[in-house]
Amino acid sequence: MSVVKSDVSEKPPTCSGPRGPLGTRHLLHHEAPIFELGAAGRSGASLPELDVPEASAAALFGELTRTSEPGLPEVSEVDVTRHFTRLSRWNHAIDIGMYPLGSCTMKYNPKVNERVARFPGFAGLHPAQPLGTVQGALELMYLLERALCEISGFSRVTLQPAAGAHGELCGLMMIRAYHKSCGRSPRKVLIPDSAHGTNPASANLNQFETIACKTGADGLLPAEAVHKAIAQHKGDLAAIMITNPSTLGLFEEHIAEITAAVHAAGGLVYMDGANLNALLGKVRPGDTGIDVMHFNLHKTFTTPHGGGGPGCGPVGVVAALAPFLPSPTVEKVASGYTLDFQRPQSIGRLRSFVGNFGMMVRAYTYIREMGGAGLTAATEMAVLNANYLRARLKDVYPLASEKPSMHEVVVSDKRLKKETGVQTLDLAKRLIDYGFHPPTVYFPLVVPGALMIEPTETENKETLDEFAEALLQIAEEAQRDPELVKHAPHLTALRRLDETRAARQPILRWLPPKR
Amino acid sequence: MRYIPHTEADVASMLRLIGAPSVESLFAHIPAALRPSRPLDIQALDEVSLLGHLGELGSKSTPAVADTPREGAALAFLGAGITPHHIPVAVDALLWRAEWYTSYTPYQPEVAQGTLQAIFEYQTIVSELLGPSPIPGVAAPFVSNASMYDGASGTAEAVLMARRVTGRSRTLVCGALHPQYVETLRCYLAGLQEDRGALYDCVGFGADGRVDKEALAAALQAGGETTACVVVQTPNFLGVVEDVPAVARLAKQHGALCIVVCTEPLALGVLAPPGSCGADIIAGEGMGLALPPTLGGPGVGLFAARSEYVRQLPGRLIGETVDQEGRRGYVLTLSTREQHIRREKATSNICTNHGLIALAFAIHLCLLGKRGFVRLAQINLAKAEYAKQRLAAVRGFALAVAGPTFNEFALRIRGSANAAAERLREQGILAGVPLDQPGLALPALPDADRTLLIAVTERHRRADIDRLAKALDEVCP
Repeated sequence: MSVVKSDVSEKPPTCSGPRGPLGTRHLLHHEAPIFELGAAGRSGASLPELDVPEASAAALFGELTRTSEPGLPEVSEVDVTRHFTRLSRWNHAIDIGMYPLGSCTMKYNPKVNERVARFPGFAGLHPAQPLGTVQGALELMYLLERALCEISGFSRVTLQPAAGAHGELCGLMMIRAYHKSCGRSPRKVLIPDSAHGTNPASANLNQFETIACKTGADGLLPAEAVHKAIAQHKGDLAAIMITNPSTLGLFEEHIAEITAAVHAAGGLVYMDGANLNALLGKVRPGDTGIDVMHFNLHKTFTTPHGGGGPGCGPVGVVAALAPFLPSPTVEKVASGYTLDFQRPQSIGRLRSFVGNFGMMVRAYTYIREMGGAGLTAATEMAVLNANYLRARLKDVYPLASEKPSMHEVVVSDKRLKKETGVQTLDLAKRLIDYGFHPPTVYFPLVVPGALMIEPTETENKETLDEFAEALLQIAEEAQRDPELVKHAPHLTALRRLDETRAARQPILRWLPPKR
Repeated sequence: MRYIPHTEADVASMLRLIGAPSVESLFAHIPAALRPSRPLDIQALDEVSLLGHLGELGSKSTPAVADTPREGAALAFLGAGITPHHIPVAVDALLWRAEWYTSYTPYQPEVAQGTLQAIFEYQTIVSELLGPSPIPGVAAPFVSNASMYDGASGTAEAVLMARRVTGRSRTLVCGALHPQYVETLRCYLAGLQEDRGALYDCVGFGADGRVDKEALAAALQAGGETTACVVVQTPNFLGVVEDVPAVARLAKQHGALCIVVCTEPLALGVLAPPGSCGADIIAGEGMGLALPPTLGGPGVGLFAARSEYVRQLPGRLIGETVDQEGRRGYVLTLSTREQHIRREKATSNICTNHGLIALAFAIHLCLLGKRGFVRLAQINLAKAEYAKQRLAAVRGFALAVAGPTFNEFALRIRGSANAAAERLREQGILAGVPLDQPGLALPALPDADRTLLIAVTERHRRADIDRLAKALDEVCP
């Protein structure tokens, strides 16, 4: 066992917030890959004695039989527990501190959700069970769909897509199917240049051609840009994909005109619901001319992000698109709840079974705890928090747009970079020393040196003050001692990692050493 | 509201600094016509009422899997794409660590080494299971990504990848591929091949349940140089272990890739890894070894391919590197394949993977270890062989197909499978999946309506299997 050495020769950089020091170094253990631990013959398995005769794989499968053991580790349960507990301590997490990744909505993940999702009546259900034995689960899905419809104003919602990008794919497939049912096959999808990369990638999977619409100088999508694009691609417009609020954290104030223009040109309006946390109780997209929208249950509705999934990306549609929803849908019938597989116009299926049911349980639990008023309050406080940070930072970090912010604020490094040579990435890394996860950086692409900050409603004022103070102090540090910032982080167990080397000489698995 | 920390005084002082008169004024720029006419109509619940409500919903279903008899689980023999294994308590105990489940995609590697190293280890484990073990000192022959959503979407992505690699568009599906995987593939391909004929062609299976090799050869021949890939599942939807080397040889003769699908990776404890049998891309479902079945999701899509195709892989990849002081560390890598850089030219639109379930899969495989994994597979094989013989010996029952199986098999019974399953359900037994069940039907199978797909694992005792055989015999006409 080796322990991360605290290097006494290195002057510890001070990181003080209003309540005293923030990031500090504590005892962390180096932990080798698990394949380098253990000993031949050791195991952490608890397996039953065989109460039936042994069967010979070789006799059954002949040449198809495995002839050598797979290279799995040989460790005890203690080793495994310690290994993964030690590794976990190298992660920042919401339960450790603020995690203001823009457009990711890293809000607190309630513990009660986790408990409920593990009830045997949810976790223990097999997807091939007869429907009569999973009535509670179908009822939960039905209630979740109704709740999401109430929140969004849509007529129906499919819960099947596994993530936001999967929801986009699903929504665009429905748009394609809708046009086809009208005897048309338009090929163009308008996408603002501030959009998430998943938007054009999802469009491409439907062989749609993406037409970029340029964001205006004020940060909003100008209606003129849409009119112009429509005129250029007359008769060939399938849809527009629009994120609202946009990735600049701005409410698209021209949305009504844009929606009307797209509809008039025969297109449909897809809304990327990644930023729905700004709209709960304030705008119901389905009431405002939006035809299709995906939700991210892992953003707005607190299902945990899990170190990169699983998410859940339900898609809401207006009534005209309901026939195209993926199969099966959950339906309430006289005898209870059922799955409807008889859907002739359905786009089909995007994955196995009914979707990420475990995430649906968590999101439904959250929605029922919050209620309509609580969800509205969440949006209000999320927007208040973002505007508070905006007010505290804007004199030092120039805003990407002067338009009012919603749930997130985007600032840029342009002044600091010019004055000190310190860049966005340096600021982000230095924030780590102060105990914060950095915001999203270099996105949206339309803002040079962007820092996209989404505090969410679950952060209290003291934490926001500490975060703002940290960013302001870093700006001072950049003036006084730019090298300190450029070489951050100083307090993490590992320093900056060589990403170029990782890509040039890819090592994508542990390899046994040369004999 | 316990998740919203703002006091009235906080709100007032924050508004003062912002220079806004009220919280509502922060929304004033949203056009009035877009605002709703009424508040959201959803009732809030305190924690006691919430647990009561969700507990009641939970109690309306009968679990197929539970840790203790008190939880009222049925005796279930269900597989059909997710075969639930016992998940050691330590797996969930580790998943409860908030550093795992309340973190996100490791964009900032200095504060995400835990996730990065764990998923690097997952990639290693998946490469070991699906591909051949590397020779020390030589480059790895197979590479796994950081996971996909599930086996079905992973299979569709594998086909898209094969189309990119080969520059061809035709897909051949071996007939006993999981029906929902076929539907998913159809859905993904519909957008890409609308005007170019069949989305894919299906090749039937023989009396042994294995793909009809003559028909496959003929289909490949008929396609000339247009076939991008042959998709074969092993063990297939009927539980039969396919002759993957023969399928791969045929595919290769016609310049097509061989995609192997595996919904029961435990079988690879006794079966040669697909990567040693000629597979080029392998997609699978790891949920049965990671989590309780949870109505089928979230699972984890296993995905691996020959290393030479690494730049065509969909999804995230973790790579090893060093920090500025030369210490070993891990980062997201080769991201120029991905949507956030390449946008519409990306290899996939996937952004998030199923990291937490991949972690659970990795933890369980580490607990099992080299020998435990192989032994668990042998136990499953032995139990299923016992069940097969026991059930096939019942009067009027017979195996639906003759090929070798691992821990799942199709049993033809007397009379309607659905009716029998319904009768056994009343006795607390979920006997298997009737192969005419909506969503899981295999119409190509003769007498599908008289056939049950039965999965047997280490969770079943001999007495459970005997009980199934006796009860099933009693309820059939």
